[in-house]
Amino acid sequence: MSRLPASKATLGDELPAKQVRVKRDDLVRYAGASLDFNPIHWNERFADEVGLPGVIAHGMLTMALANELVSDWVGDPGAVIETTTKFTRPVPVPNDGVGALLEITGKVTEVREDGTAKVSVTVTFEGQTVLGRPTATVKLG
Amino acid sequence: MPLDQSFTGRSYPPGDVYEVGREKIREFADAVGATSPLHRDPEAARAAGYADVIAPPTFATIISMKATSVIVDDPELGLDYSRVVHGSQTFVHHRPMVAGDRLVSTSHVDDVQTRMGNDFLTIRAEIATEDGEAVCTSTGLLVARGEDA
Repeated sequence: MSRLPASKATLGDELPAKQVRVKRDDLVRYAGASLDFNPIHWNERFADEVGLPGVIAHGMLTMALANELVSDWVGDPGAVIETTTKFTRPVPVPNDGVGALLEITGKVTEVREDGTAKVSVTVTFEGQTVLGRPTATVKLG
Repeated sequence: MPLDQSFTGRSYPPGDVYEVGREKIREFADAVGATSPLHRDPEAARAAGYADVIAPPTFATIISMKATSVIVDDPELGLDYSRVVHGSQTFVHHRPMVAGDRLVSTSHVDDVQTRMGNDFLTIRAEIATEDGEAVCTSTGLLVARGEDA
């Protein structure tokens, strides 16, 4: 595994896009791994009671999935020196064995003299973005 | 009732040490579909220049959520967590988290605002090693929906 050299990153480069399917068991797995056991992410009854469109994915899971696009591109997850996002739209994950399909794309929006680059990511669900301006800054090789 | 704006600038003392474990990193990496061998294979991590396997960038959420629970659960602040949604999140990594790290966090209230009946609480966890080496700064915005919102 080696880090993407600065010479290989150009403004406007598009990262390899991917689709990620998130199912109810993925939410349970993420809850256990992250220790975020908020019932809105696994308990239909509770989610309905607080007025959500059913059980929704952890925003932090969606952020992590967005981040993976960047980690894969740069070749070293330790190269990510900053990552930020707003959570703008919930992703409902029905208990139907099919779940929710996220489309994740990314683009290099800045390449700096100091060997860092900024990547803007887009995550859409059913044609609408679910994260607000997710960006990651990476230290290139 | 709106949150008390005088909480802005308040800091909380460091909590317990969190020791970053190889298996917790693997478990988290599996949960977020992180496939890099640097999360799983100590040899590969050492070859890439790290002391041991490294955590995915958002792994820091485990430590920052634990650290900032002291704010969220502060009875004096009186945040109703059942009305809270996560508005935004930023991690600044001073270096990657590595298995074996023993981390302590201090929590800070950076901002408290009430707009249109909703409370906006900006909280920050400064995560460092026991020896004081800065590892990660985690900043999150929590939004507590007002009774009528």
